[in-house]
Amino acid sequence: MLGYVVRRLLGAIPTLFLVVTASFFLMRVAPGGPFDRERALEAKVLENLNRVFHLDKPLWEQYLRYLGNLARGDLGPSFIYRDFSVQELLASGLPISMQLGGLALLVALVFGCVLGCIAALRQNSWVDYGVVAVATFGITVPNFVVAPLLSLVFGVWLAMLPAGGWGGGSPANLVLPVITLALPQIAIVARLIRGSMIEALRSDHVRTARAYGLPARMIVIVHALRAACLPVVSYLGPAAAALLTGSVVVETIFGLPGIGRYFVQGALNRDYTLVMGTVIIIAVFVVVFNLIVDLLYALLDPRVRYD
Amino acid sequence: MKKRAGIRSLLAGALAAAALVAGANMALAATTYIRGNDSDPETLDQHKTSTISEAHLMRDLYEGLVIYDAKANVIPGVAESWTVSEDGTVYTFTLREDARWSNGDPVTAEDFVFSFRRIQDPATGAKYATIQYPIKNAEKINKGEMDPSALGVRAVDDRTLEITLERPTPYFLELLTHQTGLPLHKASVEEYGSDFVKPENMVTNGAYRLVSVTPNDKIVMEKNEHFREADTVAIERIEYIPFEDRSACVRRFEAGEVHSCSDLPAEQLKSIRARLGDQVRTPPYLGTYYYALNTQNEALSDPRVRMALSMVIDREFIAEEIWSGSMLPAYSIVPPGIGNYVDNPPQYDWADEPLLDREDKAIELMREAGYGPDKPLELELSYNTSENHKNTATAIADMWAPLGVNVTYNVRDGSAHYAHLRDSDDYQVARAGWIGDYSDPQNFLFLVREDNTGFNYAKYRNPEYDALLDKAAAETDLEKRAEVLAEAERVFLRDTPFIPILYYSSHSLVSDRLKGWEDNIQNVHATRFMSLSE
Repeated sequence: MLGYVVRRLLGAIPTLFLVVTASFFLMRVAPGGPFDRERALEAKVLENLNRVFHLDKPLWEQYLRYLGNLARGDLGPSFIYRDFSVQELLASGLPISMQLGGLALLVALVFGCVLGCIAALRQNSWVDYGVVAVATFGITVPNFVVAPLLSLVFGVWLAMLPAGGWGGGSPANLVLPVITLALPQIAIVARLIRGSMIEALRSDHVRTARAYGLPARMIVIVHALRAACLPVVSYLGPAAAALLTGSVVVETIFGLPGIGRYFVQGALNRDYTLVMGTVIIIAVFVVVFNLIVDLLYALLDPRVRYD
Repeated sequence: MKKRAGIRSLLAGALAAAALVAGANMALAATTYIRGNDSDPETLDQHKTSTISEAHLMRDLYEGLVIYDAKANVIPGVAESWTVSEDGTVYTFTLREDARWSNGDPVTAEDFVFSFRRIQDPATGAKYATIQYPIKNAEKINKGEMDPSALGVRAVDDRTLEITLERPTPYFLELLTHQTGLPLHKASVEEYGSDFVKPENMVTNGAYRLVSVTPNDKIVMEKNEHFREADTVAIERIEYIPFEDRSACVRRFEAGEVHSCSDLPAEQLKSIRARLGDQVRTPPYLGTYYYALNTQNEALSDPRVRMALSMVIDREFIAEEIWSGSMLPAYSIVPPGIGNYVDNPPQYDWADEPLLDREDKAIELMREAGYGPDKPLELELSYNTSENHKNTATAIADMWAPLGVNVTYNVRDGSAHYAHLRDSDDYQVARAGWIGDYSDPQNFLFLVREDNTGFNYAKYRNPEYDALLDKAAAETDLEKRAEVLAEAERVFLRDTPFIPILYYSSHSLVSDRLKGWEDNIQNVHATRFMSLSE
């Protein structure tokens, strides 16, 4: 098992290298640079800035320099937050995004599983149709509609919760953003669980368990749910990576200092280093969560073994 | 020895922490102004700043030789008085004896000398160094042709600062209110280098000192107890919140979570005004929204074509319908209400004519130039991505259609748009806007000087126009100078290298609880002049 994990992690290095290389050069294809704004710069000043940030060097040299710094764990200075390095920005923003994303994931799993199971057990009843309808709604209504709506209703009209802001991470400030992030995930998880649960309830091993006369609750939770979880687990790998690395929409609308915004802000302002930094973080999360998914498969499905 | 020192420092640390916590609680209990800002600063190093949101922060952290009061009048700041030499080129400032940095050090003439040299030093990479080019040798230093020590700024003694200019500059005092004219605490900049902006290192001389900076969250400042007029500063603590999403600020304002917003979503202005009434402030702002016409382009090199394109634009429609009344129709490049100008500034002589008559005249002009429905003019219109820019462009293309003009669009994001204007010359019509850095017509008219390669997007070359600006620069009598500048603007309107479309207005939300916020054309609102009522 351990050998497998080590092999997978080593195998991730070339993947990350490819991601870094591709995004480095793609970023440079975009016209304009970090210093092109409404107010044009004095030629000498621009020249100096380009020299300070090594943008005057040929692209391949900048690339090698970036790789060298990266190997030393240095992600470089940010162009739009010049008083911070990219590490500092990511270090302060990532825990916040992870906290929000983690909570949303938890909420989505609990509610999604419960709703999905209920719908599957009461298949084709009004409960089932209700859950499916709510789930469809949750998937189709985008978060840039949900977020301002929640903020308006609960923040402004009912004045129950803060309309926005991080507030040092106080629970009241977390509620609305977590709900916004969790809603579509609840919907997806519920639908996945419902589908695979219906299938699992009809499978041979559940029928065998029934034939043995095991209690219904035990059959559902131990035997059916375990099998029904597999598609959810494989969905959750990339979904968790996306949730934990922040959402630009939710962070902008609620004014949260996570890292989700850095990618878009960085791209629009040609903040090359900040974009690279967020891309690397996202890539690492995707790699790690895919690995976790594969390990979970081994736990859940007795047919899968890695040794 | 070592151990005891360790315990002592631990104890001291614990005490300091306790004091900090107590201090924070007290400050929170006292008045905290939650102030919405357009965006986060790129940096708090004033020499590297360039945005309006940074200027708001700088105004609270630092105090220059002269400052803006609540109504944007220039009043003495660190300098208690000054004299100007007969020929208008040497300013001698006397600094206040009680001007202090937030660590208690006196503010000296040397701090200003250090700061003015640093901004011109090309190694600093200051984006706005050009603003202070009127100072002797500044331009040469900034271009790397001279040593920073040659700058015309000299400390006669600790409290006397002498600034020598290249030529008389009537708006020079106005320039000193800009963040490029602020002092720096020499000792801490030299000690910490670029880290002097970190809250634990930063030493400021304004009404406030920096407490913390969290990107995308907030910037916290507290009253600087060493500030010379600290006892007149009512607001103890400011939390600046960056709002990229203008609507988010409005919601938080309505929820009572922020006391002011620095910008509003233009498309919602009417409904916000209906809900919030007088708390919505939209005074005129020192800026013009225009389309640059590339005069090096074959069709656009003809002034008749340029005039015709300008004539048929229904500016009232664009201001009212597209911008929901958040902008004002513009018939000149220099916005109204600017300082140092004539009482009746020039505007297009057809400004008051009915649109239909203007359209007939314009069609005639186009026909003379050889264009019309049978020989259409193909124009490419470039603008940077934004819903309102798009709607404006679509409306204008529609207004141009009767002239036989077919418009194609070229839309890019901000960086790409401005890089394109700078690096290429194949564009035809390009959207741009200009917010004045100081209240003087020169700051608008200089945009199309031939030698202003950075901003002359029209590539307009008119020696007559440049000569008028030179003449104005040499004129020390303010009234005569204003006349010469008005003459230059008349030439501008005759030739129309840019089509002025709208004047900006600033959009703020100001809580009824916040007292002392005065609307002004510069949109400057130093927190030290405000107070919060219960």
